[in-house]
Amino acid sequence: MIELLTNLGHWLTSGAQWSGPDGIATRLLEHLQYSALATLVAALIALPVGLLIGHTGRGAFLAINLSGFGRALPTVGLVTLVFLASGLSMWPVYVSLVALAVPVIVTNTYAGMAAVDPEVRDAARGQGMRWHQVLFQVELPLALPLIMTGLRLACTQVVATATIAAYVSFGGLGRYVFDGLAQRDLVQVLGGAVLVAVLAIALDLALAAVQRLAFRNRPAPSQAH
Amino acid sequence: MTVDWGWFPDHVDDLTTLTFDHLSTAVPAVLFGLLIAVPLAVIAHRVRPLRGVLLGLSNVLFTIPSIAIFVLLLPITGLTRTTAITGLTIYTLTVLLRNTVEGLDSVPAKAREASTAMGARPLRTLLTVELPLAFPVIMAGVRVSSVMAISLVSVASYIGYGGLGQLFTDGFQRNYPTPVVAGVVLSLLLALVADAVLVAIQWLCTPWLRRRA
Repeated sequence: MIELLTNLGHWLTSGAQWSGPDGIATRLLEHLQYSALATLVAALIALPVGLLIGHTGRGAFLAINLSGFGRALPTVGLVTLVFLASGLSMWPVYVSLVALAVPVIVTNTYAGMAAVDPEVRDAARGQGMRWHQVLFQVELPLALPLIMTGLRLACTQVVATATIAAYVSFGGLGRYVFDGLAQRDLVQVLGGAVLVAVLAIALDLALAAVQRLAFRNRPAPSQAH
Repeated sequence: MTVDWGWFPDHVDDLTTLTFDHLSTAVPAVLFGLLIAVPLAVIAHRVRPLRGVLLGLSNVLFTIPSIAIFVLLLPITGLTRTTAITGLTIYTLTVLLRNTVEGLDSVPAKAREASTAMGARPLRTLLTVELPLAFPVIMAGVRVSSVMAISLVSVASYIGYGGLGQLFTDGFQRNYPTPVVAGVVLSLLLALVADAVLVAIQWLCTPWLRRRA
């Protein structure tokens, strides 16, 4: 165990490991690129859907149950399926990552919108605000904390799952996990896993910081109960 | 990409075996997850300083890629079902721990105080007042983690205990989509059925919530 950790320390800190086309720096950037693009596309799809369902109140059943479906969908199966359909391309990676992230964002966006006090919404309408003004100036700001929670959760899951890019022969930090698995090199697997976890946590903390910065003028939300 | 329907009648036995295989990895994982999460949640609920540590730790475990967890367990438990179950148990912990703590938090202080005032010891209060009142929130966690565990079993196909996930490997290696489609659909169905069963269990176990409706 101690030996494993010592080797892991060497692996993570050696300069040679960090540089070059298959060095950690490159793999980290690749991983970040897959994750960022997938989360972005997922947000572009999921945010309008969640906002619309929340604003109109139609399709609430879908919004609530979508995240369950997303959790139930086996990612490895989806990657394999898209891979067999599309051949060697980035499609399997992005389709499965986006499919993973969309339900989480839709459900949380809807939850945020549903939690907006109906009286506040009525008051906004009563003042003569148009529907888009109600949505963007009243509902959206109030729902934002929960929307951000959804984005952070989606981001964490996407980063952890982007490992599968290596399964269909692409890069990212999953390379170390799968190559290490093939070579029975436990240090490499452990190194890859640690890097993925650190990246996921770092991104989550960064998003939390952005969130705090954006809400610094607001009174602290009162704790439930 | 076409699905070869003729494949299904020939493989009913295989699919049944794999489905049971799938369940015999997922079900113990959630049960062990509960066995670990509930006592930890009680500690996190009672001892405030430990709360952040335990919840933070379980969140960190959640960020480790699932495939890596299975591989890292290999030197300890080898190519066995134990490895698959242990890996999944680790994954269920995050949700189960968080929900159990939230459930215990949601117990009204008055209910707890009333129990104490009636002379119940802390353990009795926990078992007869707090846990039953927290049950709906805990069950919500059990449902989420069960669905997650069922979909994650397939990741364990790398170590040979993937249940329906074996169909993904099979289809991938032979460039043959039919078993993959079968695996995805059955895995989804299994999650759906498991969720429905858990809803039924919850309904049966909480008669006091039914009378209100």
